Amino acid sequence: MSYTFALAGNQNSGKTTLFNVLTGSNQHVGNWPGVTVEQKTGVLLHHHHGDSAHYGAPSLFGRHRMQEAGNNDVTIVDLPGIYSLSPYSMEEIVSRNYITLEKPDLVINIVDATNLERNLYLTLQLLELGTPMVIALNMMDEVRLHGDVIHTDILSERLGVPVVAICARKGEGVDELVRLAMAEAEKHHVPPTLDLCGGALHKALHTITHLVEPKAKAKGLNPRYAATKVLEGDEPMQELLALDEDELHIIGEILTELERTCGMERAAVMADARYTFIETLLDKAYIRAKSGDSAEETPSDRIDRVLTHPVLAIPMFLCAMLLVFWVTFGPFGTWVSDGFSALLDAGMGAIAAWLERAQVASWMQDLLVNGVFTGVGAVLSFMPTIVILFMSLSILEDSGYMARAAFLMDKPLRRLGLNGRSFIPMIMGFGCTVPAVMAARSMSGRRDRRFTILLTPFMSCGAKVPVYALFAKAFFHEHTLLVMCCLYVLGILMAIVAGLVLKRVLFHGDAAPFIMELPAYRLPTPRNVLRNMWDKAKDFVQRAFTVIFVATVVVWFLQSFTPHLTPAATVPESMLGLLAGAIAPIFAPLGFGSVEASTAVITGMMAKESVVSTLAVMAGVDMESAAMVTALQGVFPTMASVCSFLTFVLLYMPCVAAFAAMCRELESRRWAVLAMLGQTGVAWVTAFVVYHVALLMGV
Amino acid sequence: MGKRETPATVAALQPGESGIVQAVGGEGALHRHLLDMGITPGVKVTLIKTAPMGDPLELHLRGYSLTLRRADAATITLREADA
Repeated sequence: MSYTFALAGNQNSGKTTLFNVLTGSNQHVGNWPGVTVEQKTGVLLHHHHGDSAHYGAPSLFGRHRMQEAGNNDVTIVDLPGIYSLSPYSMEEIVSRNYITLEKPDLVINIVDATNLERNLYLTLQLLELGTPMVIALNMMDEVRLHGDVIHTDILSERLGVPVVAICARKGEGVDELVRLAMAEAEKHHVPPTLDLCGGALHKALHTITHLVEPKAKAKGLNPRYAATKVLEGDEPMQELLALDEDELHIIGEILTELERTCGMERAAVMADARYTFIETLLDKAYIRAKSGDSAEETPSDRIDRVLTHPVLAIPMFLCAMLLVFWVTFGPFGTWVSDGFSALLDAGMGAIAAWLERAQVASWMQDLLVNGVFTGVGAVLSFMPTIVILFMSLSILEDSGYMARAAFLMDKPLRRLGLNGRSFIPMIMGFGCTVPAVMAARSMSGRRDRRFTILLTPFMSCGAKVPVYALFAKAFFHEHTLLVMCCLYVLGILMAIVAGLVLKRVLFHGDAAPFIMELPAYRLPTPRNVLRNMWDKAKDFVQRAFTVIFVATVVVWFLQSFTPHLTPAATVPESMLGLLAGAIAPIFAPLGFGSVEASTAVITGMMAKESVVSTLAVMAGVDMESAAMVTALQGVFPTMASVCSFLTFVLLYMPCVAAFAAMCRELESRRWAVLAMLGQTGVAWVTAFVVYHVALLMGV
Repeated sequence: MGKRETPATVAALQPGESGIVQAVGGEGALHRHLLDMGITPGVKVTLIKTAPMGDPLELHLRGYSLTLRRADAATITLREADA
C-alpha cells in the first residue's frame, strides 16, 4: 500500500525536526499549486520496531538508508506551521484545503507538550476534518524535566485518536509514532466527533450541521467541520457550500440567538468552547509538579530578561549581528574559505594538467580552463562564506532569537509602514535574496508582503561578498571588514529611504496586525542546522553548475568570438565587448565607463558572483594572483570609481534567480520588472552621488 | 498589586500585572487571530514587559508568551473584579 501522511502543527512545535527525522535526506521542496507557500514532501524512512535509537542517529548527508518493503512508499507532506484553520492566511487555507480536498490517508499532528493548551487548539480543529489522525506529543523530555506528568492515555481516550510521547530532536518515540500511524492509516480510523460544548452552542452547531449536511457531503466535506466553519462566520466555507438565501437567513437567526445567549460574538463562542474543552481535559491529563501560578520564571525567561532588557536589548542585538558577520567574514570565515580555495585550486590544477597531457583540443582546454574553471571555480570558492552565513542565521532562527529580533524591531519598522515580521526576510536577505523573498510568505496581507519583498534586495546578499572581498583586497588592503560594514550600512540606509518613499507613494495605510508567539529559547539542534547548511550548499553548487556554468560558457563564447564567429584577438572586438561597449557610456558618468566594468555589470545580472569571475576571465588572470590586482587597477583608475562601482553593484537589480522569485512572490511580473528598473535607477543615482562626492573629497 | 482598580484594557496593564479578559475586540482578521492565539473571554493574561521602545508588549497566557502591539492590546477589555 502506498500512503500519504500530512504533518501538521503549530510553528515552533518541532515540526521541521520531526520532518527531517522521518524523511532523512529524501526531501523535495516545491510550491503548493497556485499559491506561493512552500511545500515540502519527503519519503518516510523505514522503521525498526522497538529500536528507538534508530531515528536519533544524526546522519543526514545524502545517506539513503535501506528501505524496507511495506512502507517505502509513504509520502510525508509537511504542511505549513499554523495556529488555527482560520481563513486569514495562505498557510491556513492551504493546510485545510489540502486535508479536506486532497484527503491524505492520515494526519500526524505534532504538538508541543510544553505548550499544550494552545497547541491543542489546532488539534481540535484538525479533528473536525474527519481524517485519521495520530498526535505526537513533542518535547516530552522537557516536560519530564519539570517533573510534570502528562497522561497520554487520558488524552488519547478523550480525543479519540492515538497519542504518542516523542522527543523529535533525540528521535525518541518516533518508531512508535510511525508504527501507530501505519496502523491507523490501515484501519482508516476516522476520529469520532468531539462533544465540545453543552447548551446553546451545542444546539446551534447541531442545527447548522443538519442544515448544511447535504451540501457539505456533496463537496466531500465532513458536515460537522463545515457547520463549525459556518458558525465561525468563515467566508470561504460559505462560498464553497453555496448556501442559498433561506439557509443563510436561518443560520443568521441561529447565530444571533447564540450571540445573545452567550454574550459574545460568534467566533469567540467557538474559540471559547474549544479552549474550555482543552482546560477541562488538561485538568485531568496534565499533572504539574509545582502547583500554583504558571507565571513562575523558567530558564527561558531568565535569558529573555537579558536579551530583551529595556536598555541592553538593542546593543545586544547589534552585537549578535556583528558576531554573525565576524564569524562569517572574520578570521574564522577567512580561514575556512582560504582552505577551501586551496583545495579547489589544487583539484582544478590537476584536471588542467591532465587535459594538457591527454592532448585535448586546445579550444576545449581554453573553454574549460579559462572559461569554466576560472568562472565556476571563482564562485565555488565563496561557498564556505555563504554556508557559514546561513549556519549563523539558522542558529538564530532555531534558538528563538529571531522572534525576539522581530519583537525589538517592530516599532522602528512600523515607522516605515512595515511590522516586526518583515525583519526576518530582511535579515535573510543578507544571505540570499531568493529564500529571503520566499520568507516574506509568512506575512499575512499582500501589502506587507510586497513591501517587504521590494526592500529585501537592498540587504546586500551573500553573492556580492566575493565582489567586495576582491575589491577590498585590491584597493583597501587591511580594511576589508570596514569596507564590508560601510557597504552593508549603505544598503540598509537606502532601504530606509526607499521604504519611506514607497510608504508615501505606493503603500498607504497600516501594516497587518503584529501578533506573534515568542517561543521558549531552545538550543538549536545540530541536525536541523546542518540540514539547512547542506540544503544551501547544495542549492549553491547547483546554481554554480547551472546558471553560473551557462553564464561563464556564454561569456567565454561571447568574448572569444567576433560577431562573424571568428576567434577574437582582444575582448573589445568580441561580441561581448561590442555589447558592453555600447552600454558603457551609461556608466561613464559613474566613473567606470570601461568595457570590462560594463561587461561585469551585465554578467552580474546572471549571478552576482559573476562580476568577479568576469573581471578575472576578461583580464585573463587568476583571481587570487597579484596580476588580478594590477588588472583591476587598470579598469578602475581612481578610488572614486572603485567606490562608485561597489555602490552600483550593491544596489542594482538582483540576479535572475532573485528576479524569478520576486515575480512569483509579488504575484505580478509587472511589479517585478518595475522593481528591477527602480533598483537599477536607485543604484545609478547613488553611485553617481558617491562618485562625485568622492572626487570632491579628492579620493 | 494593592487595592487599586483593575485597568480597563490589556494595554493599561503595568509589567507584572495580570487581568482576566472580559471581551476581545478588533475587526476581522485581528479579532480572529487574537481568539486563535488563546485570548478568549475569561483567560488570565499577564503583562511581562514592553519592548525597549515601549511597544509592542509581551503577554503571558495559557503557558506561553505572545507579543502584540499596544494599539491592538487596547481592544481587549478586562474584567472589573480582581483576579
